[in-house]
Amino acid sequence: MIGYINSLETMGLVDGPGIRFVVFLSGCKLRCSFCHNPETWTNKDSIEITSEDLIKKILKYRHYYINGGVTFSGGEPLLQDEFLIDILKKCKMVNIHTAIDTSGVGNGNYEQILKYTDLVILDIKAIDKENYQKITGNDMTEFNKFLDTCIKFNKKLWIRQVIIPGINDTEEYILKLKEYIKNIKNVEKIELLPYHLYGVDKYSKLGIDYKLKDVLAMDTQKCNELYDLLMK
Amino acid sequence: MYWVGFKGDKWKTNIDVENFIEENYTEYLGDESFLEKISEKTSVVWNKCEDLLKQELNKGILDVEINVVSKINNYKPGYIDASNEVIVGLQTDKPLKRIVNPYGGIRMVHSALESYGYKLNDNIDFAFTNYLKTHNDGVFSAYTKEIRLARKAGLLTGLPDAYGRGRIIGDYRRIPLYGIDFLIQEKQKDLDGIININEENIRLREEIFEQIKALNEIKEMALTYGYDISKRAINSKEAIQWLYFGYLAAIKENNGAAMSLGRTSTFLDIYIERDLKNNLITEKEAQELIDQFIIKLRLVRHLRTPEYNELFAGDPTWVTESIGGMLNDTKSLVTKTSYRYLNTLINLGTSPEPNMTVLWSNKLPDNFKKYCSKISILTDAIQYENDDLMKPIYGHDYAIACCVSAMKVGVQMQFFGARCNLAKALLYAINGGFDEKLNIKIVDGIEKMEDEILDYNKVIKAYFNVLDKVSKTYVDAMNIIHFMHDKYAYEKSQMALHDTNVERLMAFGAAGLSVVADSLSAIKYAKVKPIRNSDGIAIDFKIEGDFPKYGNDDDRVDKLAVYVVEEFIKKLKQHHLYRNAIHTLSILTITSNVVYGKKTGATPDGRKDGVPFAPGANPMHGRDENGALASLNSVAKIPYKNVCQDGVSNTFSIIPDALGHSEQDRINNLVNILDGYFKQGAQHLNVNVFNRETLIDAMNNPDKYPNLTIRVSGYAVKFNRLSKEQQLEVINRTFHGTI
Repeated sequence: MIGYINSLETMGLVDGPGIRFVVFLSGCKLRCSFCHNPETWTNKDSIEITSEDLIKKILKYRHYYINGGVTFSGGEPLLQDEFLIDILKKCKMVNIHTAIDTSGVGNGNYEQILKYTDLVILDIKAIDKENYQKITGNDMTEFNKFLDTCIKFNKKLWIRQVIIPGINDTEEYILKLKEYIKNIKNVEKIELLPYHLYGVDKYSKLGIDYKLKDVLAMDTQKCNELYDLLMK
Repeated sequence: MYWVGFKGDKWKTNIDVENFIEENYTEYLGDESFLEKISEKTSVVWNKCEDLLKQELNKGILDVEINVVSKINNYKPGYIDASNEVIVGLQTDKPLKRIVNPYGGIRMVHSALESYGYKLNDNIDFAFTNYLKTHNDGVFSAYTKEIRLARKAGLLTGLPDAYGRGRIIGDYRRIPLYGIDFLIQEKQKDLDGIININEENIRLREEIFEQIKALNEIKEMALTYGYDISKRAINSKEAIQWLYFGYLAAIKENNGAAMSLGRTSTFLDIYIERDLKNNLITEKEAQELIDQFIIKLRLVRHLRTPEYNELFAGDPTWVTESIGGMLNDTKSLVTKTSYRYLNTLINLGTSPEPNMTVLWSNKLPDNFKKYCSKISILTDAIQYENDDLMKPIYGHDYAIACCVSAMKVGVQMQFFGARCNLAKALLYAINGGFDEKLNIKIVDGIEKMEDEILDYNKVIKAYFNVLDKVSKTYVDAMNIIHFMHDKYAYEKSQMALHDTNVERLMAFGAAGLSVVADSLSAIKYAKVKPIRNSDGIAIDFKIEGDFPKYGNDDDRVDKLAVYVVEEFIKKLKQHHLYRNAIHTLSILTITSNVVYGKKTGATPDGRKDGVPFAPGANPMHGRDENGALASLNSVAKIPYKNVCQDGVSNTFSIIPDALGHSEQDRINNLVNILDGYFKQGAQHLNVNVFNRETLIDAMNNPDKYPNLTIRVSGYAVKFNRLSKEQQLEVINRTFHGTI
């Protein structure tokens, strides 16, 4: 089966536990204002790869996956559901730990996908409908459907939230987030990622207007303080 | 009384330090919580040193003794702060005061002294100019026309024909364990046993005679410090002191590029454990002994010429100490003193010397792995080498000389041989043996290619033809150099601490491997069009189409790199070596990749004229596009055993944020990287964890980062001691880290 990828990172150390082979799949429905990988939004310039070739590549690094494995990221991995199921299955056949790094907005087929997924790294864009729409340009229904499926299947979850100055860097928001996460089962880890500017240059190169033009990078120290508040 | 509490018999009757260690060391499986901080005495001593080091940095060198010539016992005893020093001994009568060693060559002494504004004592100058022949004189009496041309063009560079060859590790542990008198007695026995008088044995008899002389001189030198080392060491303080006197003799007598220490931590741990058990010392005192020993090793200096500094930047001395490794499949050689050595990087702050080298095995205790990883992340001062790869070849009592050269301690020695510029050799294949920079013929019998587009089969055939001829020239040069080095600058103090019938390794080297692999790949998979000057020499190349690049775990190109090194060693092995030495080969550049690049014209991989090579076996900067593991996997394919058996150096830089979100994650991830890399048979990895921005800031504001230490190919260096050119080269290297 053929999939479309944007790139491969053989040594991902921050996308799941241990050392991970990260596959960046192409395509995403969301248009998050802070996205730092706009080049993965469409299938334009993507690379075709068969699941057979991909598993071969993954296996080349098996010596490093002592506590790690493979993470499917993107773009949005859920959008290539059939390919994703195929490659996840192949990984599980050789007993490699699998994670998907997702915003939870795909084409359905979530039960099948989660069957072969050990860990879901779920990006929370916002916790209420209005802000979700504002930040992503989409409504929240599909996200809720995916999250419900995760909960139903008791999937282990890592929750991620990008913290953006002036948008969600308040104590008030963090306390709301805390309440929100409390209602989700199986959350193993929560990460607050400080918004950074490394992706900004990509927009001008791609000829896309960047919405957060005047927003500064998030102060790491303040982000850590918010994290402490969240975990208290 | 010296050996009370020590087990075993075999080592008691014959010199056998390896057996002594096996029988007596105590493996340590715990964590670092037992370690002690710096003592008051050590603080006082180290503060004084730091002041001196600052002065040295500003002046270039602090001082040099111009009225005395290098010799084991030619200098008055020297101290930093006698009342606070628990381990004593300096190269000269003052810390950081350098020695003049004219045995390698008097012209180099002139050049070095001149560059720092000193002038050699007239009588010494007169004697070495008029009466005495040096190693350098000897070599140039015998060099062939081909060797001279290869040197001139930079095809062979850094040959030890004007400075000490180094890379010899005396088994300094023999002094504390046996005492000098026993060592003399054993050497005398060996000497008396050589009765067949032929050329080889005449040389050997003379050498043993010199070795015995050296042992006596070491004893006398120690006496000037008030210690009688004719007898064995009685406690841990004496053991460290005795061992250090042995090493000190080596660095008083010799100025080899790499003057490595060996594998001492677990040996010394046996003495420390015995003292701790008998309540003779406390942990604080044990750490104090080690800290002060390490201070001494940080002060080792040699007088170098500006040309030398350009090749090997930052005043490196390669006081390499090998730590860890396994005894057998289940038990490691990690002891508390392995931790104490690494702890000096915390107590005294980070430092490039001694060159801390961890012999990594997948079976090392988890706690030790994590501790190494933690110290690496904090200090960037550790290099890692694969014990699982080397132990089956060298046994468990080997050590690393210089950067990556393994040898059995006291049993093997190395004839060091710098390196050959493989990328330049490839240009010779295309340009009919003409040098692209000098426009003169360096290698005979090669036809100039006139093809509009380079043909892979034709190029590879011509290339191996060039390597064939270069190999002969290279071997000839090495045989001459080491013949003369033995004759005019014999390292008697170090060889006295070897077995008499020592096994010799001759270490050839290669630079520019990634340039060659990518060039051959470009010629094979894309269209490469040479752009020639009016003499028909290719001065640039136009590449049409894409081609696989080394560093992406792509066999199409990685196999080309393997092919080249396999052919090169095969060709070297066709030639017999001086004293039946064994051929080995390293892929290592130190910082000379910058100079090599400067001397090499544009190459078919698209590298422009004068651009630095990648260091060691690293892929070229920015060409590894699939992340760090793909890059590591490419390097791991370069074969070690019987091919590049003098080492394959790889330098790995990663930004802290990419290594993991938390400190614990970073520590564990680095452990997993090392485990994974070495499981594939790779040999060496330098680990740097820092941001490129830090380096740029340090380049612009050197005072802000006086101790910033980074690992380059095979050694560590203070960043502020690199030239601007070298700093830029380091900054431009691939830093791994996704955003």
